[in-house]
Amino acid sequence: MNFDYYPGCTLKTKAAGLEAGARRAARALGFELCEIADWQCCGAVYPLGKDAHAEKLPSIRALKAAENAARPLVTLCSACHHVLKRVNDDAAKNKDFRDTIARYDEDLAYGGGATVLHYLEVLRDFVGFEELSRRVVKPLTGRKIGAYYGCMLLRPSVVMAFDDPENPTIIEDFIRALGGEAVNYPLRAECCGGYISLSNEAKANELSRKILADAARLDAEFLITACPLCAYNIRKQNQLPIYYFTEILEEALDVKL
Amino acid sequence: MLNYEYQLEEILDISGVDIGRCMKCGRCSASCPSYDEMEHRPHQFITYLARGDVAALLESDALWQCLACFSCVQRCPRDVKPANLIEAVRLAAIRPKGAEFLTVEEVEAKFAPDMPQQLLVAAFRKYMR
Repeated sequence: MNFDYYPGCTLKTKAAGLEAGARRAARALGFELCEIADWQCCGAVYPLGKDAHAEKLPSIRALKAAENAARPLVTLCSACHHVLKRVNDDAAKNKDFRDTIARYDEDLAYGGGATVLHYLEVLRDFVGFEELSRRVVKPLTGRKIGAYYGCMLLRPSVVMAFDDPENPTIIEDFIRALGGEAVNYPLRAECCGGYISLSNEAKANELSRKILADAARLDAEFLITACPLCAYNIRKQNQLPIYYFTEILEEALDVKL
Repeated sequence: MLNYEYQLEEILDISGVDIGRCMKCGRCSASCPSYDEMEHRPHQFITYLARGDVAALLESDALWQCLACFSCVQRCPRDVKPANLIEAVRLAAIRPKGAEFLTVEEVEAKFAPDMPQQLLVAAFRKYMR
């Protein structure tokens, strides 16, 4: 099965490793990520204002493209995933929003018919973690790995419907499928500070260090994430290494270049 | 002179929040990772708006400390969505001309080569119109 794919602003440069590993692993697992044409930046944060319409148009265009191609729209970046899933939900549930969007341009009329999936959801729900585990060539045996969820994948769960927002397991299941040991540390879904690292860096450092101390206390060797901004904030602390989840995936599947 | 009555109406409207639903349990503030940084805590945003005191919030640094992590939204037992309310006040603060929290020049000055684009785009969205 093939999927439409939305990379987002960071995956071609600063987070190129997140995408490269995902593409190689997909081929090894028997699916392809088909990048949609002329995609535009999702804006990185979901616009919460009820009157935010223009800010959501890039997402609408991507969602429409996927709907027209009749393929689920897959994302790798937590933030893109968050924005696209929530805008899709707006289009499906909010008639005023739909009508306003259609008034910008008839070609943008969209009813929320696309399906937005995170790559991890593809692994869980389409490939299956049991099958993934059978495909592993170089298991991560003995590696103690902390899943770092952060905020964007999980909350608000009523829209994201990704996993249990307080006690998620998808990334731990992923780690176990690759043969590694998942370190279940309590702060794995707490905020790293996100964009506040630009205006109040000390605060982002404080939050990131709390998360790292919690994972280190339980002997995690490194953390994995799906979010370039989490990776940036966590990496800056020079405590535990942090990798994209697709980097350990390509390692376990032995498709790393 | 700012018309706060108009701003109160605008804030409540664009937030989509019904502040009457809040039962003041404080779970939003207890869940907030920026609690220590805020002189007005998430549950207090609702109190201030209920008494029409928009000025206190618009001048507050607390506005800029919300991380949009959605812990408050997730955990609110009454589905009030405090983050949406804080965002609405923030939008009321940055929308007037020249009222951005960070200017393009200030963002540029803070730029580091390893910063993900995601951070810069988020900052432009959150701190300026």
